Amino acid sequence: MAVLVLADHDNASLGDATAKTVSAAAAFGGDIDILVAGKGVSAVAEAAAKISGVRKVLVAESDALEAALAEAVEALVVPLMDGYDAFFAPATTTGKNVAPRIAAKLDVMQLSDIIAVESADTFVRPIYAGNAIETVQTSDAKKIVTVRGTAFEAAADGGSAAVETIDAPTGSGKSAFVSEELAESDRPELTSAKRIVSGGRALGSEEELNKVLEPLADKLGAAIGASRAAVDAGYAPNDYQVGQTGKIVAPELYIAIGISGAIQHLAGMKDSKIIVAINKDEEAPIFQVADYGLVADLFNAVPELTDAL
Amino acid sequence: MKVLVPVKRVIDYNVKARVKPDQSGVDLANVKMSMNPFDEISVEEAVRLKEAGTATEVVVVSIGPQQAQETLRTALAMGADRGILIKTDEKVEPLAVAKLLKAVVAEESPELVILGKQAIDDDSNQTGQMLAALLDWPQGTFASKVEIADGKANVTREVDGGLQTVALDMPAIVTTDLRLNEPRYASLPNIMKAKKKPIDMKEIGDYGVDVAPRLTTVKVTEPPVREAGEKVEDVATLVSKLKAKGAI
Ligand SMILES: Cc1cc2nc3c(=O)[nH]c(=O)nc-3n(C[C@H](O)[C@H](O)[C@H](O)COP(=O)(O)OP(=O)(O)OC[C@H]3O[C@@H](n4cnc5c(N)ncnc54)[C@H](O)[C@@H]3O)c2cc1C
Ligand SMILES: Nc1ncnc2c1ncn2[C@@H]1O[C@H](COP(=O)(O)O)[C@@H](O)[C@H]1O
Repeated sequence: MAVLVLADHDNASLGDATAKTVSAAAAFGGDIDILVAGKGVSAVAEAAAKISGVRKVLVAESDALEAALAEAVEALVVPLMDGYDAFFAPATTTGKNVAPRIAAKLDVMQLSDIIAVESADTFVRPIYAGNAIETVQTSDAKKIVTVRGTAFEAAADGGSAAVETIDAPTGSGKSAFVSEELAESDRPELTSAKRIVSGGRALGSEEELNKVLEPLADKLGAAIGASRAAVDAGYAPNDYQVGQTGKIVAPELYIAIGISGAIQHLAGMKDSKIIVAINKDEEAPIFQVADYGLVADLFNAVPELTDAL
Repeated sequence: MKVLVPVKRVIDYNVKARVKPDQSGVDLANVKMSMNPFDEISVEEAVRLKEAGTATEVVVVSIGPQQAQETLRTALAMGADRGILIKTDEKVEPLAVAKLLKAVVAEESPELVILGKQAIDDDSNQTGQMLAALLDWPQGTFASKVEIADGKANVTREVDGGLQTVALDMPAIVTTDLRLNEPRYASLPNIMKAKKKPIDMKEIGDYGVDVAPRLTTVKVTEPPVREAGEKVEDVATLVSKLKAKGAI
């Protein structure tokens, strides 16, 4: 058996989700190759080659792949799948964007966002915002899977896989990259951060959210997250959203500040190791999952907490 | 330009799903059902395109039980022109849904299909991308902005690192994210009007598409329950507890 793993990267560096996806592929079994599709990705390929348990790293480069256009990744991966039994992609926005295209082309029903591999045809995945956990068996010959990063430990470094360059097919030409606005931040990336400080609607404005949360995040070396309500209201950018339809996180410490704890939010953070909730409503559902709940006005409590650290 | 909007009837987002004691699935008996929230956003977007004069007709389609007609009526009350119900009591997997939608596209020839990014019951996030692949159309998933001009759809997408904008040749597939728009509530007169709008009743057999499931549910279980911890008196207590745990 052989598995093709799609690398998570931004053309410059390898994302954490890659080694986690390799772990899921290892649980599936067989030889593991990593595909680095992008442009100017030599550093990414080098890092991927160091993940232990990897047979080889395939590198394909083109302008369309640089922007990770789904049509281009599909055209690249579908023919490669002749040589593989499974395709594992991290459940990042890129993985979610491309994997179903590949599945459809191969006439396979995809398994999304798996949290465990039971056997070569049976996988475990959350459904209904994580309120139910489904064990599901597929009858498709090839397996197309996206992997929830928080459910797998990253495979260790220590490998020295061969790096091989392959041709990138010219894309369909029906889609083109126009522009991107990427958040620049010195903070840790949300999905791999050890600590997260997360703000909700109660913060009231972008200024207040930054004023209240940034000093605390600075002290803790934490990433900043947000609820959907805070993002919708424009207090935080879209890539801060934690939840069922945002990012799934599981840090050592998650501090929910002025977040009520709707099921959609809990779906994204309830596997955190220690949850702290600060909310002025003692009935807020967030307290049902919090290890430590502080009933207080956040505008007093958070600065006080920051000072105490 | 005709716009096709697939809408799914799902558990209402306010309801917490309960696992059946026999682990065969989720208990949907007597549970409030609604239109998948992302599909409301799709309908809203399509209706706005029509109001702006960009779209000429908005057709909504649902694959599901008889009651999915109510979901279609909701979309018609929001401003869609007509509906198609492909009736089935079976669970239809995203790949099969995509195949049925491909057949609908062949009949209707829309220039744009707007789907939700994810159905909140199966949390698959697949159908739009699959439909795009089956049709060999370009896709703009997780859209927070859609602009149609000169035969192209410019789609701004919510991605992990921020936002990405792509230009798609039409016809194209768009899947909606939360920030695209705020869906309207249908007014009473529009709800009344929607009762007179046509819904075409179809069966899966009408499309000659293989919808046999590929997946078998082995079991559905409760997630591990997280016990509520303790309430702490004040910030000082919180800090000392977190220190004791080695969390800070
Ligand atoms: C399809 C769909 C997908 C969704 N996906 C997500 C998702 O991925 N992530 C997500 O987060 N949500 C998601 N939601 C939204 C979710 O249902 C909730 O609406 C949202 O999480 C609420 O955000 P909030 O807790 O910040 O706001 P609210 O529910 O308004 O809560 C604000 C909280 O702040 C408290 N508060 C107010 N003032 C203070 C103060 N001064 N000090 C302390 N506490 C205070 C209040 O007591 C309240 O508990 C989704 C919804 C839908 C329909
Ligand atoms: N049974 C269905 N009927 C109509 N549309 C559907 C159906 N299932 C999925 N869809 C569409 O596909 C989107 C994504 O669903 P999914 O891939 O299941 O997460 C939904 O938001 C709908 O737009």
